[in-house]
Amino acid sequence: MTDDVQARIAETVNAHEVLLFMKGSPLFPQCGFSSRAIAILDHLGVEFGSVDVLQDQGIRQGIKAFSDWPTIPQLYVKGEFVGGSDIMMEMYESGELAELMQKAGVAAKVA
Amino acid sequence: MAADEIVALIRDGIPDAEIEITDLAGDGDHYAAKVISESFRGLPRVRQHQRVYEALGGRMGGVLHALQLTTATP
Repeated sequence: MTDDVQARIAETVNAHEVLLFMKGSPLFPQCGFSSRAIAILDHLGVEFGSVDVLQDQGIRQGIKAFSDWPTIPQLYVKGEFVGGSDIMMEMYESGELAELMQKAGVAAKVA
Repeated sequence: MAADEIVALIRDGIPDAEIEITDLAGDGDHYAAKVISESFRGLPRVRQHQRVYEALGGRMGGVLHALQLTTATP
């Protein structure tokens, strides 16, 4: 694990209000868990950036150390790690995720 | 990974845990686990899940690909 990768991840995380590290792209998720995460963000109607970890082995491994979280997808809001798809689903169902986005002042997607 | 192996690992790491495990696809590879422990009280969700992942000792995301996790306090 190089510091360079960690710095690159931190920079990317801080450059987006909402960022999802995932397998595949929002249009073509390559894993059921990533697909579920995208569906949740789409339902919330927020703008988000995404990083396809399958395109970069350094990030794929590095992101796990960055958050001390073993799996992908991983959601970040305003630079803070929120959780993986299970936590996203729980927070979505309870309304906490919408609340968190609202508190963070995240812009809704323009249709 | 066998379900009872997963339960044993979690119980080793979180002795008071009440663990409910479901083999989602019946293939011994896709599980859902609900872990209830008093020790989760006051911890944010991410920390609760991290406690379970710690108990699984690096298997999560490796030999254990799919584990849907729910944590709660009694």
